[in-house]
Amino acid sequence: MSDRPIRILIAKPGLDGHDRGAKIIARALRDGGFEVIYTGLHQTPEMIAEAAVQEDVDAIGLSILSGAHMTLFPAILELLEKKGLSGVVLFGGGIIPDDDVTALKKRGVDEIFTPGASTDDIVAWARENIRRN
Amino acid sequence: MTAPARKPSPASPRERRYTTVSDMDVDPVYRPESGAGRSYREDLNDPGEYPFTRGAYPSMYRGKLWTMRQFAGFGTPEDTNRRFRFLLDRGQTGLSTAFDMPTLMGYDADHERALGEVGREGVSVSSLADMEVLFDGIRLDQVTTSMTVNCSASIVLAMYFALAEKQGVALDRVGGTIQNDMLKEFIAQNEWISPPRPSVRIIVDMIEFCAEHAPRWHPVSISGYHIREAGSTAVQELAFTLGDGIAYVQLALDRGIDVDRFAPRLSFFFNVHNDFLEEIAKFRAARRMWAKIMRNRFGAVDRRSWLLRTHAQTAGCSLTAQQPLNNIARVAIQALAAVLGGTNSLHTNSMDETLALPSEPAVLAALRTQQVVAEETGVINTADPFGGSYAIEALTDRLEREAFAYIDRIDEMGGMIAAIEQGFPQLEIAEASYRFQKQLDSNEKIMVGVNDYLVDEEPAMDLLHIAPEVERTQVEKVRARKKNRSADRTSACLNGVRDAASNDSNIMPPILEAVKAECTVGEISDVFREVFGEYRDPAWL
Repeated sequence: MSDRPIRILIAKPGLDGHDRGAKIIARALRDGGFEVIYTGLHQTPEMIAEAAVQEDVDAIGLSILSGAHMTLFPAILELLEKKGLSGVVLFGGGIIPDDDVTALKKRGVDEIFTPGASTDDIVAWARENIRRN
Repeated sequence: MTAPARKPSPASPRERRYTTVSDMDVDPVYRPESGAGRSYREDLNDPGEYPFTRGAYPSMYRGKLWTMRQFAGFGTPEDTNRRFRFLLDRGQTGLSTAFDMPTLMGYDADHERALGEVGREGVSVSSLADMEVLFDGIRLDQVTTSMTVNCSASIVLAMYFALAEKQGVALDRVGGTIQNDMLKEFIAQNEWISPPRPSVRIIVDMIEFCAEHAPRWHPVSISGYHIREAGSTAVQELAFTLGDGIAYVQLALDRGIDVDRFAPRLSFFFNVHNDFLEEIAKFRAARRMWAKIMRNRFGAVDRRSWLLRTHAQTAGCSLTAQQPLNNIARVAIQALAAVLGGTNSLHTNSMDETLALPSEPAVLAALRTQQVVAEETGVINTADPFGGSYAIEALTDRLEREAFAYIDRIDEMGGMIAAIEQGFPQLEIAEASYRFQKQLDSNEKIMVGVNDYLVDEEPAMDLLHIAPEVERTQVEKVRARKKNRSADRTSACLNGVRDAASNDSNIMPPILEAVKAECTVGEISDVFREVFGEYRDPAWL
């Protein structure tokens, strides 16, 4: 059990097709030694939470560029709590204003990366903060 | 997150690689020998002459300036109608419509998947009544309109044509462009309803319908813009865009439409990125390649069929959220490259677009940038001023050579649709995009304000906010309209669309009838889902 690699779900909620960032992060985490599952585009919060259960992941990274982050992060947090997955680390990235970052962290999101964050920083953060459940 | 710390400078000038933004090595100096074997008449020729390397028209911008066309759309149709009039009043010469994600994905404002997305990234249009408000006070024979919509394009175009009819404008007087390029959706932009093959069948229906009824309309805008935004190189942008064009032409020929009846109405849409020389060369290479493809591969005889006419948009992915005022400089340089490359139409991005949809002052600065290029820099005085430059001609040749090598590989795979089904262009782009990011992370490439030249404090900007009432208003409107129309007529019209979808007759006439009966984007898209099935992201990594 403890020998398996840390598993991270990279998920892309919403209707938009901006997957450049999600794919880069997925590759960078994979190159950094994590096991990465990528959901693909156009996922609903229910689909993401269900994938987290099915894949038994230790963390979920959401990529959101549509401006709908204040709806989507809380919706996913709520579903994770409902499914008893409160221990799963939730992080994300996208065009997210500072005030919203503060509010989302208060609500329980572990980290938000904004434009300009390097993949090295994100991988280092993941090593530091994600543990096997 | 705090700003990343400044990293050590890259290797000393002698050791560092000098490459384009696409990671192409460039010679320190180009000499006449680099053009050995190049013939002026065959490879360059005068502007307006085959192979059009030096421009689509003989007098270029003296004859007609490029069209200044700013992409606009947000909130309710009323909001966007006001922005359209603002731009027309300030000297813009064509309209360009951005729709919101639900409209683009074939959902009505009241669908559960639309929640939180209505009017956010573009204007919300669910039915003909929304379209009427969007173009209120604008005569469709007085402007040309570009509409950026793809998987639901047949429905939105039908609404535009129905609106023209209501205004008393004959379809053969209506001019404009609809993006309607599904192959690049599967490659890069990722908006779809059904799988590739039925999606392109609808496109061929639209090409056929427009050739017959709306000869001034451009039924497809073959787009490299999104391919580049997804992280491709300039060569990949050229190769995959022209490769998509080849696929559409072949499909229309297979349908039995004469090449010279539809090819003059195919138009293009390229990105214009930061690498000044590479981008000028790219536009020149694109025209030469398309001319050769149309004449030699498809045997077109009408010279208008050989001609690649293109819109260009400055590269959104080149802009930075950090120190956004710097984006004005980037956009100006990109706009200049597009004009020196001979674009026929241009959108300049606003400085705040990495943060939100553009505010009015930001849009105005972007439009004014084009006007400065046109009125103050003098570059419009002479066509293709870089023609004959050793460096530009060498880059043009090289981009063409490498892009044709990609097209050969795609042909070997069985054409673009087969290549897409195997994930080939998608994975090539993902690879290039990842390579560029690693080069940024190691400071091999510099983005000013992102991995070098950082500042501690960023002043706040006034951004455009979309009020939450927009969604409520649009949801109420579409619900009320669905209640107040004839249910019998609606279902009869949707049956008409279903029949055409199932029996391979042209789908446009029944869609036109359906939108006139106030059938919605979502309802007609549901027929596509039912008959053709839904496409799911294969999530290539």
